[in-house]
Amino acid sequence: MGLGEFLFLLTGLKWTVALSAIGFVCGSVGGLAIALLRTSGVRGLERLAAGYIALFQGTPLLMQLFVVYYGLALIGLHLSAWVAVSIGFTLHASAYLGEIWRGSIDAVPRGQTEAASALNLKYTSRMKDVVLPQAIRISLPATIGFLVQLIKGTSLASIVGFTELARAGNIVSNQIFEPLLVFGIVGILYFLMCWPLSLYGSHLENRLAVASR
Amino acid sequence: MTTHASIANAATTDPMIVMADVEKWYGGFKALSDINLSVRRGEKIVLCGPSGSGKSTLIRCINHLEAYQKGEIRVGGTRLGDDSRTIDAIRREVGMVFQHFNLFPHMTVLQNCMLAPMRAAKMSRSEAEATARRLLDRVRILEQADKYPAQLSGGQQQRVAIARALCMRPSVMLFDEPTSALDPEMVKEVLDTMIGLAEEGMTMICVTHEMGFARQVADRVIFMAGGTIVEEAPPDAFFTQPRHERTRKFLGEILRPH
Ligand SMILES: Nc1ncnc2c1ncn2[C@@H]1O[C@H](COP(=O)(O)OP(=O)(O)O)[C@@H](O)[C@H]1O
Ligand SMILES: [Mg+2]
Repeated sequence: MGLGEFLFLLTGLKWTVALSAIGFVCGSVGGLAIALLRTSGVRGLERLAAGYIALFQGTPLLMQLFVVYYGLALIGLHLSAWVAVSIGFTLHASAYLGEIWRGSIDAVPRGQTEAASALNLKYTSRMKDVVLPQAIRISLPATIGFLVQLIKGTSLASIVGFTELARAGNIVSNQIFEPLLVFGIVGILYFLMCWPLSLYGSHLENRLAVASR
Repeated sequence: MTTHASIANAATTDPMIVMADVEKWYGGFKALSDINLSVRRGEKIVLCGPSGSGKSTLIRCINHLEAYQKGEIRVGGTRLGDDSRTIDAIRREVGMVFQHFNLFPHMTVLQNCMLAPMRAAKMSRSEAEATARRLLDRVRILEQADKYPAQLSGGQQQRVAIARALCMRPSVMLFDEPTSALDPEMVKEVLDTMIGLAEEGMTMICVTHEMGFARQVADRVIFMAGGTIVEEAPPDAFFTQPRHERTRKFLGEILRPH
């Protein structure tokens, strides 16, 4: 494999990182909204958020990407593969992060909200200053775990023609007929992204477990 | 001189808290019934009764941590409804201290005390910090201002919780078993802080089984059972000549160490 092929793989890697970052950042905003709706205490909003979560957790990511890509085209919205997969991953990550953070918000002891209410803090401050900082800490291991899943999940974007790392590998492999070498390198690249994150996640998990003893 | 005295007199007769025919349901379970209680400005009430008798529920209705379904609660002339305006008005007046302190673990002692003054009372940072330091000094814990709650003993945490509530300048303080979660050697420092507060004229409702505290501080002791007020009397009469059988039984259980 020549330098040109390797650089092509790195370009794919760049798009994998970019897509993961967009899915994670936009999904965080959406996920926060879902988590807040899910814990709002307003029956209708809670059901809406629960339905959204159930829909995206209950269907394959691949299908979600198909629906966004071809579905939107069907109703006349012709999006580039790039925009379509970004939307798809954002919707997907919003559901999963929403559910993770809902659980973390629920895990903050009730006494915290009650003390904040008794101090006459209103909803926004109760959440922003008291509940969310604690919930985010609780959620960190699971959040990082999901980020790892999301990075690996970006390989599915190749199905709608988006050239990220896995698809770049496929293309190179078809050119130089060395699938084992090429996919070995692709695998190492995924591993170098995901493994440190996983380690960091379990490190945080251990620290939380110690702190709560 | 006379004017001054009559004003002071008017102030003490003006009820700070009124509960009239209050009923509270948890779903189909009636947790409070026929609660009638009037607390004068500066009065100290001790609330006692067996576990599950509704003591926490009663005081939590006063600052709307729990909604009530029937009757009326008034604090300082404001009728407590379910709307955010009256809840806000009443929570301004009422501070609360919990059994498990409920300090914010991710904030230092000082930050715990400054949050609500800045967010809810719109104090400037410097004013909030000055207030917090003054009140932390008053509960004799100023030297721990930059520590996190987990670094303090239970007694210290509870004194911080008292200071945190006082930073909002409440006219009433509610205490829900403030010493029940403490190791015995830390009970006194918290009770002493509460006694100091009582001596300064704070209106207080304390759920506690510390009968020494009740004798020393309370104007009235109220005994609850099964969601109702069974008996109320000044501490001397309450301890020496309880009128109801249930009160006698309860006192027998808590005064005789087992
Ligand atoms: N959130 C709640 N939901 C349902 N029942 C409750 C709730 N809180 C308290 N109760 C019930 O109401 C009764 C009074 O409780 P509480 O006021 O906590 O009693 P106390 O403080 O005197 O021990 C108890 O029977 C308790 O089980
Ligand atoms: Mg209680």
